[in-house]
Amino acid sequence: MTDTRIANEPPRSIHTLVVRLTHWINAFAMVCMIGSGWQIYNASPIFSFKFPPELTLGGWLGGALAWHFAAMWLLVLNGIVYLAYGIASGHLRKSFLPLSLRVILQDAAAALAFRLMHSLGRYNAVQKSLYIGVLLLGVLVVLSGLSIWKPVQLQLLTALFGGYDFARVVHFAAMTGIVLFIIVHLTLVALVPTTLLPMITGRAPAPRREESHK
Amino acid sequence: MTLPLHPKRVRMTEIEPEIKSIERRMFLRQGLSLGALTMLSGCNLADGDAVDRVLFAMSKWNDRVQAALFNPARLAPTYPESAITDPFPFNAFYQEKDAPIVDGASYRLQLSGMIANKKPWTIAELRALPQETQVTRHICVEGWSAIGKWGGVPFRTFLERIGADTAAKYVGFKCADKYYSSIDMATALHPQTLLALDYGDDALPTKYGYPMKLRVPTKLGFKNPKHIAEIYVTNDYPGGYWEDQGYNWFSGS
Repeated sequence: MTDTRIANEPPRSIHTLVVRLTHWINAFAMVCMIGSGWQIYNASPIFSFKFPPELTLGGWLGGALAWHFAAMWLLVLNGIVYLAYGIASGHLRKSFLPLSLRVILQDAAAALAFRLMHSLGRYNAVQKSLYIGVLLLGVLVVLSGLSIWKPVQLQLLTALFGGYDFARVVHFAAMTGIVLFIIVHLTLVALVPTTLLPMITGRAPAPRREESHK
Repeated sequence: MTLPLHPKRVRMTEIEPEIKSIERRMFLRQGLSLGALTMLSGCNLADGDAVDRVLFAMSKWNDRVQAALFNPARLAPTYPESAITDPFPFNAFYQEKDAPIVDGASYRLQLSGMIANKKPWTIAELRALPQETQVTRHICVEGWSAIGKWGGVPFRTFLERIGADTAAKYVGFKCADKYYSSIDMATALHPQTLLALDYGDDALPTKYGYPMKLRVPTKLGFKNPKHIAEIYVTNDYPGGYWEDQGYNWFSGS
């Protein structure tokens, strides 16, 4: 159905190699951190529930801690590479900025009315705010995690999070925010599956008619 | 506290001869239920040993990082007595009723290893040494925390008194409840590391480790052995009850 002019166009590059690599490394590290974190939580729950053991990683507290404190290096080093690249290359600025509250509300209303167009490689204001939000939650989850890992050596950081016990709650809340993001993120990928391939190959499929007029 | 050990999942018949220690196996034998780990396709996940080896190596790496992070002069936060958790929780690898009864009159603290004067110590002799008290937070590896008050002999004072080789790497502890553990020498010499004889204003009750426990506010709770029967100084890695099953050895706070 594609006409020859479009088929002969070089494929549009959507995600650079660094973005794709760090995305999938982060996905793996996050699964390890959340699964082992839930097992650690279960050893001494803050709230009146436990996570189902089938969704946890490590098998017992010692195994979960070993996973958590191994995968944290992957998560943090990968995150540093992504942020350094994102700042140096302008990826963060170009993809997620500018952003204003007015446009976020506008796009959110359009999205809820199913009138928001999806365009590969260009984010609307709702997407921008969610991506910025989850990046900030990533920073929060690492800092609060450090504060409960080293409440003596990093006691100023722990105090900043309201002391050891409250820092655990902050760590839990940041995890919850990230998990909610992942649920929305995966739901949207399921609704718009053409977004998945570019995160693997980097390239957009040849544009279809409904996209080409944008 | 709940015991996180699941020995039923480790079948002795599965243990191959080349497996030298149980601890690496303990990490993961039960840990591979997560479907997402099939992302590691290519590895044979039924054989957790490769992943265990990576986790074990990372735990050793984390020991080194924590030793580097440890500042011998940084004090753990202290609290007013009004902040003390009452009742302070009992925690061990057994029930409170199974805590060992130690006879204080015949008790002798044994010393061995790289120590000049290995003469055993009575409780009265320990109490004759300079005493200090502290109100600090005990943080359990499980995540909960509780504030308590401990009194006793600064461990540095004791190590100097017995002529311990403070250039050695480790101080090990053997306990009347069959528990054992060990710490690095830098932590042993930290000003808040105590040979605790008192909890609150009284001698340690049985549940908190009579007649003596190690109080280390710069480490997790399981690095605070109770009912200490013997102390030794060594350069050979001594491990510990939980450490040998997979808990990180340094476990600093």
